[in-house]
Amino acid sequence: MTETMTDPQPAAAGGPLDPASLEAAVAEALAALAAAADLTDLAAVRAAHVDGRSAALVLARQKLGSLPREDRADAGRRLNDALGAVRDAHATRLAELTAERDARVLVEERVDVTMPTRRRHAGARHPLAVLSERLVDTFVAMGYEVAEGPEVEHDWFNFEALNFYPDHPARSEHDTLFVEPAGTGRVLRTHTSPVQVRALLSRPLPVYVVAPGRTYRNDTVDATHSPVFGQLECLAVDEGITMADLRGTLEVFAAELFGTGLTTRLRPSYFPFTEPSAELDVQCFNCRGESARQPCRVCSDEGWIEAGGCGMVDPNVLRAAGIDATRYSGFAFGMGLERAAMMRHGVREIRDFVDGDVRFSLPFGIEG
Amino acid sequence: MLILMSWLREQVPGLPPARAVADALIRAGFEVEGVEAVGQGLTGVVVGEVLAIEEVAAKKKSVRWCQVRVAAPAAADPAVSDQDAGVRGVICGAFNFAVGDRIAVALPGAVLPGGFEITARKTYGHVSDGMICSASELGIGEDHDGIMVLPPGAPLGAHVAELLDLADDVLDIAITPDRGYALSIRGIAREAATAFGLSYADADGSVDSTDAGGAARAGAGGVADAGAGYPVTVEDTTACDRYVARVITGVDPAAATPLRWARRLSLSGMRPISAAVDVTNVIMLGLGQPLHAFDRAKLSGAIVVRRARAGERLLTLDGVDRTLDPEDLVIADDSGPIALAGVMGGASTEISASTTDIVLEAAHFDPIVVARGARRHRLFSEASRRFERGVDPALPPAAAQAAIRLFTELAGGRAEPGLTDVDHRRAPSAIRFPLSEPTRLGGRLYSDESVRGRLTDVGCLLEDDGADEGAVLVTPPSWRPDLTRPADLVEEVMRLEGYDTIPVTLPRLPAGRGLTPSQRHVRAVARALAYEGLTEVMTLPFVGAGTADLLGLPDNDRRRAAVRIANPIAEDAAYLRTTLLPGLFDAAARNIGRGDPDIALFEIGQVFREPREPARPVPTPSVLTRPSQDEVAALDAALPEQPRRVAGVLAGLREPATVLPGHAVAGSAGGGALAKGRPADWADAVEAAHAAARAVGVELTATADEHAPWHPGRCAALWVDGELVGHAGELHPRVIGAAGLPPRTVAFELGLEELFAAALRRGPVEAPVVSPYPPADRDVALVVEAAIPVTEVTAALREGAGELLESLTLFDVFEGAQIGAGRRSLAFGLRLRAIDRTLTAEEANGIRDAAVAEATRRTGAALRA
Ligand SMILES: [Zn+2]
Repeated sequence: MTETMTDPQPAAAGGPLDPASLEAAVAEALAALAAAADLTDLAAVRAAHVDGRSAALVLARQKLGSLPREDRADAGRRLNDALGAVRDAHATRLAELTAERDARVLVEERVDVTMPTRRRHAGARHPLAVLSERLVDTFVAMGYEVAEGPEVEHDWFNFEALNFYPDHPARSEHDTLFVEPAGTGRVLRTHTSPVQVRALLSRPLPVYVVAPGRTYRNDTVDATHSPVFGQLECLAVDEGITMADLRGTLEVFAAELFGTGLTTRLRPSYFPFTEPSAELDVQCFNCRGESARQPCRVCSDEGWIEAGGCGMVDPNVLRAAGIDATRYSGFAFGMGLERAAMMRHGVREIRDFVDGDVRFSLPFGIEG
Repeated sequence: MLILMSWLREQVPGLPPARAVADALIRAGFEVEGVEAVGQGLTGVVVGEVLAIEEVAAKKKSVRWCQVRVAAPAAADPAVSDQDAGVRGVICGAFNFAVGDRIAVALPGAVLPGGFEITARKTYGHVSDGMICSASELGIGEDHDGIMVLPPGAPLGAHVAELLDLADDVLDIAITPDRGYALSIRGIAREAATAFGLSYADADGSVDSTDAGGAARAGAGGVADAGAGYPVTVEDTTACDRYVARVITGVDPAAATPLRWARRLSLSGMRPISAAVDVTNVIMLGLGQPLHAFDRAKLSGAIVVRRARAGERLLTLDGVDRTLDPEDLVIADDSGPIALAGVMGGASTEISASTTDIVLEAAHFDPIVVARGARRHRLFSEASRRFERGVDPALPPAAAQAAIRLFTELAGGRAEPGLTDVDHRRAPSAIRFPLSEPTRLGGRLYSDESVRGRLTDVGCLLEDDGADEGAVLVTPPSWRPDLTRPADLVEEVMRLEGYDTIPVTLPRLPAGRGLTPSQRHVRAVARALAYEGLTEVMTLPFVGAGTADLLGLPDNDRRRAAVRIANPIAEDAAYLRTTLLPGLFDAAARNIGRGDPDIALFEIGQVFREPREPARPVPTPSVLTRPSQDEVAALDAALPEQPRRVAGVLAGLREPATVLPGHAVAGSAGGGALAKGRPADWADAVEAAHAAARAVGVELTATADEHAPWHPGRCAALWVDGELVGHAGELHPRVIGAAGLPPRTVAFELGLEELFAAALRRGPVEAPVVSPYPPADRDVALVVEAAIPVTEVTAALREGAGELLESLTLFDVFEGAQIGAGRRSLAFGLRLRAIDRTLTAEEANGIRDAAVAEATRRTGAALRA
């Protein structure tokens, strides 16, 4: 460029296409482009210096035809160089200013993402329902099916077929809620065990079922009692079922309920519908049986949590269902859902389960 | 049952410490709920002799200033003064001791039960240098006469705790109802001995567990040899299969029960009363045989065991005058009933402070007869508790003999030689027991030897079954009426071998079919509603008689067919719910009352409705065979209808107040614009019902309905396949008021059985063919009578448009003067699309016109000008 400037061009001297004039026009255009502060400025600069009708280079192009033929090629080349330089500079500046504007807009559109976002109230399942489904799923995964039965049940299913002798205290008004009219044998089922009988009568052998459900006792609501409570029943009747199978199944259940690595203990006990019978204790998940060293609120320093009653299905129950007790054997297991939930989640009062206070249920969420 | 370890150790020498015994009993099936150490840490209480007593008059009562010697005088050194020999002054408020008595003195520094520390203190003008103790202050019994006076031979200065062997442990054991024998030291002793492999002599050597020959001693007619003992007639020999009577004369009515026995009774949870009563209680606790002592002087004529007669009365020892039931088994004499057999004695023959001659009853009553009697009279005694659970029928003669020995020892009585024993026991029957049975059910090997050994530990007699080498004939002991079947014996073997020896295995199950569709559907509905923002509750299903009226239900409504509880927990909640709404209303009101006005609750559960035909008694099938299908069907038919339903209630804001998007910049002056939130309205209830139905793939159709408890103008009936599934909408203002709910509360309730049946009918979803061609959108505004439901207009439009209508959207509803009163304008967007081509404008317009024409034909709709 410096060379060009010093190169004498007498033919074009003094016209808009002479090197000095073009150089001046380019310099002026570049300065204006650089000075454009925003895209609006830039549009004006473009009109004035790049391709507007009054732009110096546009005017110079109009003069090209009037040059002597021998000068046209050189002048044309010079003009194109000048135009190219200005257009490139414009494109660069346009990109710069566009980027600047975009960045500014995004900054301006910034919001406080820590604002509350909830547009809708949260819902929740009932903790007992969630726990029940979770335990049911454990059994279903092993191959059990879910059996069901009515809550107002006939005495025959609730007591008689379960080997309760006629004067068993559980059959008294003190313990059981009876349904009118008297003499129709209708009771609010006191446990989920009548479902055992229903399952044995309605399903072909072998029978492997789990039965969750609501049960009733003649109790008033307070911190530790409720007339209505959930139970989960498990029944297996097949050839060759043993107490060892019961123990194994209980360990699976206990692990699901309270976590793995806890030992279980069976204590001989008594239920009319099992023989032999046992109470299931699970090592306290909180103190892991170390309550002697440190007081434990969960197990009241017992080191064990009573988790339910179980045993081998009493031959009288099998007989009432027409099953040959010398060929088939079975185990049954029942547990209280409230008690398990209270242990597992540290629920203080059993009435929380029936009060329906949303604040109690919400933390349990939907999938538990 | 409270078991005193010292008493137990008497029967089973060599037992380890109490905790180990407790653990072993737990392992054997006896739930030890507590192990309490008593009389421990009682130090500084020594035997003292009262040397001098000086009365000190005080304002309200007088006390005594006593000089007591608390150490043996140093005989070897007579120069030593009394003071040096351990004589000290003690103030005492009791007057039941005299100079020369030996008493228990707590010296300063002694700590009594309850952490009460003794110090020397100034009182009544003297420094009392210790305390003279009563039995209760020492934690060993109750006070009757004040200070505990020790036997004269108690060595001075000896530690009372050691002297009286006060340190002891009490096991609190919960006895299961099948193990009556364990309600005694005798029963627990056998279990403890077995647990530790210790030898054990039965508490009374004369008790022969297999003593069936005793029957020979009573006359066949049930009348005992009156010359030999007190005359007894047993009329009902099933209810009372054994009655032993002994006569004791010359009992000292003033005799006090020695401290050792009083202490045992107290620690076993029974109050010492008098020597005569205490003896019967000691025998009951020790052997498990309830005894009753009649004052012979008050008896008139022979004792008769019989059922009560109509109208007979009995004043029992608890002071209650009872009308007897003809089912009651009583002990009677010529005067009428004198005791409720096996439950409680009567006041007329009660032994008293002047009784010297006693007729002692040791009998065996039928468990069910006693249980019914106790329940009938709401009278539960230590005796009835034992008879209900089964008392050893072999015990009565031995228990009576043991009582006589104790009477003689404690109260100077003398037994008359005669023995009345009316014995109608049935001969015990043997159980044929395959020795392999424990192994079959236990999942581990139990050797024949261990099976035989364990059954012998229990007290069974084993004989070989000649026909079968693998089986034995097992005769259970007389105290185990619960052992009647092989399974019962299996439990004995397993528990004595230890449940902890049973291995851990899993059954091999056939493939399961997973959850049934309706089981999956319940979960789907619950989850859908929770995701809709509703919270699941499980309310109590009890309602009052007025609930149907509160809901405004018409007289013939099925929801009035409530099931009534015969013995309700509360009279105002004596019925079972027929609809889920009342419980939800209560829960909603409770939440609102606790400060949460925005409520969205749902419940899934059974409701109960009496069938149209009233329930009648059904013959109860036998339990000895499988019931027939008809028998089971009859049982089921007697039950109420118990369909599952889902219901919800919403009040307050359905959508909470919120910050609108895009307007909130941290630190900017404008802050965030707040949306005020949206209150729940009828549509939210309908939509929640739709959400529940959609969760199982069912689309509900709404029609207007007037149905309690809903607002007659804001209630949708919800249908599927022409069947009514439920209702949704705003509640009736009167119901809202009566239930204490906020205005405009909305609710829904659906029958799950109907919903799930519809879902099952649906079958697999048929996939739509998705067109790749652009849609043609056409809008129409139709003016219709306001009374015409939107669904009728949309149905007509759909029908008229035909299968090229892809979707139909209502986007505006307008009412106003331009339209005319009683009319409204409905603006719809029709999206039209073909699967195989782009629709031309002409085609699209033609479809639109056909749709409008059909709407006009059916509903009188006019295109809005
Ligand atoms: Zn613990």
